[in-house]
Amino acid sequence: MMVLRIIAALICGSLFGLGLSISGMLDPHRVRGFLDITGAWDPSLIFVLAGGVIVATIGYRLSRLLPRPLLDRRFDLPTKTAIDAPLLLGSAIFGIGWGIAGICLGPAIALLTLGIGPAFLFVVTMLVGMTAHDRLVPRLISAEPMKGARP
Amino acid sequence: MLMLSFLPSLAGGALIGLSAVLLLVLNGRIAGISGIVGGLVSAIDARLVTNVAFVIGLLLGPLLFLTMFGAWPVVRIETSLPWLAIAGLFVGFGTRLGSGCTSGHGILGLARLSPRSVVAVAVFLSTAMATVYLVGVGGVG
Repeated sequence: MMVLRIIAALICGSLFGLGLSISGMLDPHRVRGFLDITGAWDPSLIFVLAGGVIVATIGYRLSRLLPRPLLDRRFDLPTKTAIDAPLLLGSAIFGIGWGIAGICLGPAIALLTLGIGPAFLFVVTMLVGMTAHDRLVPRLISAEPMKGARP
Repeated sequence: MLMLSFLPSLAGGALIGLSAVLLLVLNGRIAGISGIVGGLVSAIDARLVTNVAFVIGLLLGPLLFLTMFGAWPVVRIETSLPWLAIAGLFVGFGTRLGSGCTSGHGILGLARLSPRSVVAVAVFLSTAMATVYLVGVGGVG
């Protein structure tokens, strides 16, 4: 089963990378043109979201009919439901970075294959940002209940 | 221009959606790139091997494109290197803090009608649009 899961992940990653390549999401110029709603707006990338959400909606509904995934014991779905400060702040910080560069996570990784220097720089600082979050934020959050526990 | 560019965008988006559905139906996992790549750097994710396999596939994507269409995808990076470095920090930190990015919240989150994802997409789309408006399309070059 493990080998099949690895093959499945490899195929899914390839489809994802091919989809990004076809869609235009790898081109920061077009991504920023899509975000430039007050200027020379290029709305074509809304169809990437539309195509993805339509297929995913149908697929997600179908997946609910399965008691468990075909190659694993259980579905691993997000359990958080609260619209909290980390969600809002994190999404806002991500949006600012996305607006500056026109590059988000998946395209950043796929761009490495094209051997473009600036993309390497972006991926390095992106990994630094992720690591910084994972090192710093859990400590801040775990410190909070202690504050509340003080008399 | 729009007629030429929207069909590949729709087809590419559908492929991304298909990839997300297959990962969910086969492995039971949400195809969120921030979760998958984040699982690599934090090394706390028990499914390290499948995460690595997904990332290898992601790297193969542009090669598949080259094989199918005989050319690399068009890439035009206009942001200067210092701004790219800052943007990378923001994207990495923000997606981890916000538990998702354009794929996890944007594709599967919206498909699942998750209120958290709807809010996240609204927030990052509006801050990204505001950022492009404030710095201008060529303003960070």
